[in-house]
Amino acid sequence: MAAQGPILEVRRLSKNFGGVRAVHEVSFTLRRGEFLGVIGPNGSGKTTLVNLITGFVKPSSGSVFFKGAEITGKAPYKIAGLGLARTFQMVRLFYNLPAYKNVIIPLCSPRVKRLRGGKYGEKDDAAIDILDDMGFERDSFVPYKPAGSLPHGYLKRLDLARALALRPELLILDELFSGMSMSEVASTLPIIERLNQEGLTIVMIEHRLKELFRVVDRVLVLNFGMKIAEGTPSEVMESDAVKSAYLGIEVDVEAQAG
Amino acid sequence: MTEPGSKFRKKRLDRGIKARADTIFAVASWREILYLLLPRALPAGFLLLLPLFLDGYWEKVLVYACMFGLLALSWDFLASCGLFSLGQSLFFGLGAYLAGGLNYYLHWPPVVTLPVATIGGGLICSALLSPVMRLRGVYFAMVTLMLPILFMKGIEATGLLGGTHGLSALSPLVHDKVSAYLAVLGFLVCLFAFRRVINSDYGLVLMAIRDDDRAVMSGGINIYWRKSQALFIAGSVGAFAGALMTHHYQFVGKSVFALDYSILPVAAVALGGQGSFAGAALGAMILVPLSEALRALGGLRIAIYCSILILSILTLPEGVFHYMERKYQQFETKVEVR
Ligand SMILES: Nc1ncnc2c1ncn2[C@@H]1O[C@H](COP(=O)(O)OP(=O)(O)O)[C@@H](O)[C@H]1O
Ligand SMILES: [Mg+2]
Repeated sequence: MAAQGPILEVRRLSKNFGGVRAVHEVSFTLRRGEFLGVIGPNGSGKTTLVNLITGFVKPSSGSVFFKGAEITGKAPYKIAGLGLARTFQMVRLFYNLPAYKNVIIPLCSPRVKRLRGGKYGEKDDAAIDILDDMGFERDSFVPYKPAGSLPHGYLKRLDLARALALRPELLILDELFSGMSMSEVASTLPIIERLNQEGLTIVMIEHRLKELFRVVDRVLVLNFGMKIAEGTPSEVMESDAVKSAYLGIEVDVEAQAG
Repeated sequence: MTEPGSKFRKKRLDRGIKARADTIFAVASWREILYLLLPRALPAGFLLLLPLFLDGYWEKVLVYACMFGLLALSWDFLASCGLFSLGQSLFFGLGAYLAGGLNYYLHWPPVVTLPVATIGGGLICSALLSPVMRLRGVYFAMVTLMLPILFMKGIEATGLLGGTHGLSALSPLVHDKVSAYLAVLGFLVCLFAFRRVINSDYGLVLMAIRDDDRAVMSGGINIYWRKSQALFIAGSVGAFAGALMTHHYQFVGKSVFALDYSILPVAAVALGGQGSFAGAALGAMILVPLSEALRALGGLRIAIYCSILILSILTLPEGVFHYMERKYQQFETKVEVR
C-alpha cells in the first residue's frame, strides 16, 4: 500500500445506462488531505460517479484505485470497510429508529470494531458523541427522537454523522447542503472544514458554488458525463469550456459574492 | 380517533416506567417490578406447569403448539431482516429427516441426533438459501415455497429415506413428559432469546438491513453474511422443532415438508402480530389449540377456522399481542374535542 501515493485514483471510468452515457472516460487523482469539489449541471453524472467509486453501481469500463489497491466493482460494504464513506443525495436513513441508533449501525462494522480496539458496550455513547458534534445536542431529546420525525436539515447531518462513524479516510458528500437552510449550511460548513484540516480527504458535490469555492482546493467540472475542466476554483471559472457549458454560473457567483 | 357523531376522542398516555433509553429501567417499587415481571413470568410459568396436568391427546396438542410456536418465531426472526419465508416446512422437514435418518441408519440416540439435526439443519438451510437471499421480497418467498415441495417429491420419487412410507420405529425420547418439557423449554428459551437478540446491536443491524440494505452496506457491514447468519439461526430453530417431532412420534415421513408447516406459522404471526416474537408465540398458542378444539365440528372445521383468522386480522391488524401490550402499557381516557 503506497502511503505516499494518491489516496484515490480514477482511470477512464465510464458507465452507460442503456443508451445514456452517464459517466464517460472520467479520470482524476486525489491526494491525501485534499478537498476536491465536483460541480456540473443536473444530470451531468455526479451521483453516478460517486456510485461507481463506492461500488453501488458497476462500471462499464475503467478502474478505481483506493490507497493503491484496485476496488473497481467491489461490493459497497467492502469499499466502505476500507475507509471510503459517503453520504447520499437522497438521504438513506432508518426512519423508525431513534437518530442515535442510525449511527450505531456503522459502529457495528468490522472496520470500526478493529479501529476501536475491540471496545464493546459503549456504542451508544460513541454515537451520541458523534451526533453532538453534528449539532444534535446531547442533553436535548433530539438524538433520541425517531429519525423520521426530524426536520430535513437534521436528516442530512444525521447522514453525515453516519458516514463519519465509519472513521473514514476519504469522505464523499453528495449534495449535502441541498435542502438545508442558510443557517444550517452556515453551521455545517465549519464542521466539514475542520474535518479536512484534521486530515480527512473530502470530495464534495455541491450546487452552492459560493460556499464550495471557499473551502475546496480544487474543482472538477462534469458535463454530459465528461470531465470538462479541472483546477483551482478561479482557474475553472476562467475556462471557456466551463463558461459555455455552465452558462450563468459566473454571474451567480458574482451576485452571491457581492 | 373520533367516532362519527361523538365529540370525544381517545387520549393515550404511556405509563411512565420506561426511562429515556429503552435498555435502562428506572424501577422504583415492588409494584413496578411486578408490573414489568408479571407479563413475562405468568405465561412462562403457566406453560412450564402445563405438562404436569396434561396427558395423552392434549399433551400432544401442547407439543404441537410449541412446534408451531418455534416455526412462527423462526419466521418472525427472518422477517426482522427482511426475508419473507413461505417455506418454514423446509427447516422443519430438514431437521426431522436429519434426526430420523441418523437414528434409523446409524442408530444414533436422540441425545446426539437432536443437537446434530438442529445445527446441521441450520447449516443446510443457510447453504441452500444463501444463493437466493439477494432476491427481494416475493422472489425469495417463491424459492422457499418451492424447496420443500422439491424435497417431498424427491423423496417420493427416489424412495430414498424410506420413500413414501417414511422411517418408523425410531427411538423415543425416554418418556412423553420429556418431549413435552423439551418442547416447552425450547419454545420459551427461543422466545426470550430472540426478544433479547433483537434489542441488541446485532438485532439492530438485522432490522436496519430490512429497512434499507444499501445504507447498511455503506456502513461497512456485509449484509449477505448477516443474512446467512439469520438463515442459520432461523433454520436451526425450525430444524430443532422437526427433530423433536420425529422422536416424539418415533416416525418421520414426507408430510414434514407439507404446506401446513409453512402456512400455519405465518398465520400465527399474522394473528399475534409481527416483530415482537411474543406476538408470534401467542398466535401459535391460540391457533393450534383452537384448530384442535374445532375438530369436534367435523367438516366445517377448516371453514370456521379460516373465518376466525380472517376476522381477527381484519379487526386487529396490529396483532393480538400488540393490542394487549398497548392496553397494558397505556392509560386511555376520553377527552372532549373542542
Ligand atoms: N440507475 C439509473 N438508470 C438509468 N439512468 C440513470 C440511472 N442513474 C442515473 N441515470 C442517468 O444518468 C445521468 C446522470 O445522472 P446523475 O449521476 O444522477 O447526475 P447528477 O448527480 O449530476 O445530477 C442522467 O441522465 C440520469 O438520468
Ligand atoms: Mg446527483
